Amino acid sequence: MSDLETFRAETAAWLEANCPPEMRQPMTSEDDAVWGGRNATFKPGQKEWLDIMAAKGWTVPDWPTEYGGGGLSRAEAKVLGQEMARLRCRSPLSSFGIWMLGPALLHFGTEAQKKYFLPQIARGEIRWCQGYSEPGSGSDLASLQTSAIDQGDHYLVNGQKIWTSYADQADWIFCLTRTDKNEKHKGITFLLFDMASEGVSTKPIKLISGASPFCETFFDDVKVPKTYGEDVSAIVYEENKGWDVAKYLLGHERSMISGQGGSAGSSLGEKFADKIGRDEMGRLDDPILRAKLADLDMELLAFRAMAERFGDTFKAGLCHPAQPNMMKYVGTELNKSRYELIMSSGGSAVLEWESDASNGGLTARDWLRTKANSIEGGTSEVMLNVISKQILRLPGA
Amino acid sequence: MPLYLNDDQKMLHDSAVEFMKGEAPVSHMREFRDKQCKDGFSHALWKQFAEMGFTGILIGEDEGGLGLGHVEAGVVLEEIGRNLTPSPFLTTAVAGVEALNAGGKALRDKYFPGILSGDTVLALAIDEGAKHRPDQIGMAATREGNGFKLDGKKQFVVQGGSADMVLVAARTSGKAGDEKGLTLFAVDTGAKGVSRDNARLVDSAMAAHMQFDGVLVDADAVVGEVDDGDAVLRRLLNAGRSGAAAETLGVGSGAMDITVDYIKGRSQFGSLIGSFQALQHRISHLYSEIEVARACVLKAQQLLDEGSASADMMVSVAKAKAGKATALSVKEGVQMHGGVGMTDEYDIGLYMKRDRALQEFMGDVNYHTNLVAEMQGY
Repeated sequence: MSDLETFRAETAAWLEANCPPEMRQPMTSEDDAVWGGRNATFKPGQKEWLDIMAAKGWTVPDWPTEYGGGGLSRAEAKVLGQEMARLRCRSPLSSFGIWMLGPALLHFGTEAQKKYFLPQIARGEIRWCQGYSEPGSGSDLASLQTSAIDQGDHYLVNGQKIWTSYADQADWIFCLTRTDKNEKHKGITFLLFDMASEGVSTKPIKLISGASPFCETFFDDVKVPKTYGEDVSAIVYEENKGWDVAKYLLGHERSMISGQGGSAGSSLGEKFADKIGRDEMGRLDDPILRAKLADLDMELLAFRAMAERFGDTFKAGLCHPAQPNMMKYVGTELNKSRYELIMSSGGSAVLEWESDASNGGLTARDWLRTKANSIEGGTSEVMLNVISKQILRLPGA
Repeated sequence: MPLYLNDDQKMLHDSAVEFMKGEAPVSHMREFRDKQCKDGFSHALWKQFAEMGFTGILIGEDEGGLGLGHVEAGVVLEEIGRNLTPSPFLTTAVAGVEALNAGGKALRDKYFPGILSGDTVLALAIDEGAKHRPDQIGMAATREGNGFKLDGKKQFVVQGGSADMVLVAARTSGKAGDEKGLTLFAVDTGAKGVSRDNARLVDSAMAAHMQFDGVLVDADAVVGEVDDGDAVLRRLLNAGRSGAAAETLGVGSGAMDITVDYIKGRSQFGSLIGSFQALQHRISHLYSEIEVARACVLKAQQLLDEGSASADMMVSVAKAKAGKATALSVKEGVQMHGGVGMTDEYDIGLYMKRDRALQEFMGDVNYHTNLVAEMQGY
């Protein structure tokens, strides 16, 4: 048996022995995800699973062990992911710290920043939010105006962010601020600060799905110290070089959002066959809908292959740096198409918004939620602009 | 296995790129089209394929080949597609060899040396109607003495006119639509009762209508099992379909590249048309579709090489997705070229024609999308 197959067998055995039974049930709603943080609440099994995985470093399996990671090779981390999927183990921790800030710190952070922030992220102790978009700076993100003025030992931050995911529940924020008004891209600084600081306030935004995952976030004379403790800088990378960090991090965000199309489980057509009805040959008895479902199921399998290839080439450093934009575009458009067909297949049953049978309108709310996929983290149109410019090298793009 | 080419495959890729661009670019295809070549491809080029080792990719090392897999065959096919290279590679060295690999040693000894030397050409006689319906094969093979007697018609036998041998799927029992009862035969085209009516296709490739009138073959001509040819036919089809998907991908990818180049050079309204967002968004969408198709094709080939049970599904996904992406590529390609896209002088129209032929070869997008639904149980 190869080393990797030994690792697979050992991993499977360990997961079988240690994953609480509740954590091997499919997730049914958004609050089945564990986000950690100072004010975390847990359902049965969630805390136990988070702690035991964190102790092994497997909330972030491919981060170095000195920062709370598992120190696994790319191949081992892939095997762990495959075994968790096969045994239906839930992810122990959902975290913008893991998906976004962590990779940026690993790439740009000082040793002191890594030692201070990364283990807290790995253990799920601090819940992070991302301060990027502003009311006047959406697709044109680099036009952002939230100012951070140098006051010697601290920055004074004023301005407003919007679409800050879960800002009302977050402990800390990684925030793009303007430190030079005379420059555009070269006047932005990437700051880390506590959401409990005086002058920070949040206001949830009610969406068409009825949910409020996003907030408006206001900064009113917020004092952000330049360092935490002795030598942990509040700035990632350097002053006025925050756009480099932002671009790097958007890559991670885009590849994360793109995963939603690929995470789709089994065949849609098969899943809805009984609701739609079958003919005497066992085929769906709505031939046009069947054709659309078949096309979508084909596309989902195709995208799954694409996600695997993207993951493999990304980790090996073989993919084009702008490829996450392509993944984000395809994955989010596919997820929207998927939900359109879920709604068609569900018929009038999935119109119910407030009923027990519909689990509080879960399907309809999820359908509406997917419409944001191709807006948040860069719209589809911006993704296509980036592909045009950076991959196809088209003129004037 | 990571879903990208390993170092050896990359080397093969580089040599296939260089070979096809140097020896058989689009101008080569034009030359053979314009001289109305009766076989539609260059036998000298086929010899060069053999010298490069390409014809032996799927033949075992102990039998003189390279002992490689579908991924490697696909690497060559993508370049064939990109250069619109006319050759019997797909029918002979991919689908044909794969079927013979499932057959007896006597058949391999008979045909492999000629394939390895670039002398022998094989064709596939599967389709009986205008659409690919291998489950509806009705052509009869009845027992006669020590062997069988074949009667019936086949069509869209690509390279059928120049082939030395055709692999013929026929019924030894049951009726059209039955899963069992099919048998695959290796029939030499010189056999008595074989007639061929060669037709030039839209992409200038040659395909034959074939008639079998009481053609006698002995039992040695059976590839695989009598009445149970389903297994060997599936291997042939999977090899042919994933190979066709790889060639299609090459066509789509090549068409996209020349279109990107064109819109970077053509000016209207005082600007390069490639600077217009109306075109940028469409071609960036196309780029994305081609990338997804590339992932599917490679995944299908890897699964075939692993002997995975999921290969059938992924082969259909690859053929469908490559077909969708490439149909978009050639359609957008002609449109973005504008008027010159309609001329014979520009290559983009030739890509559109080759795509159309490949779409129908071994099942189109609709056929394979339907198979995905059937395999998923609805």
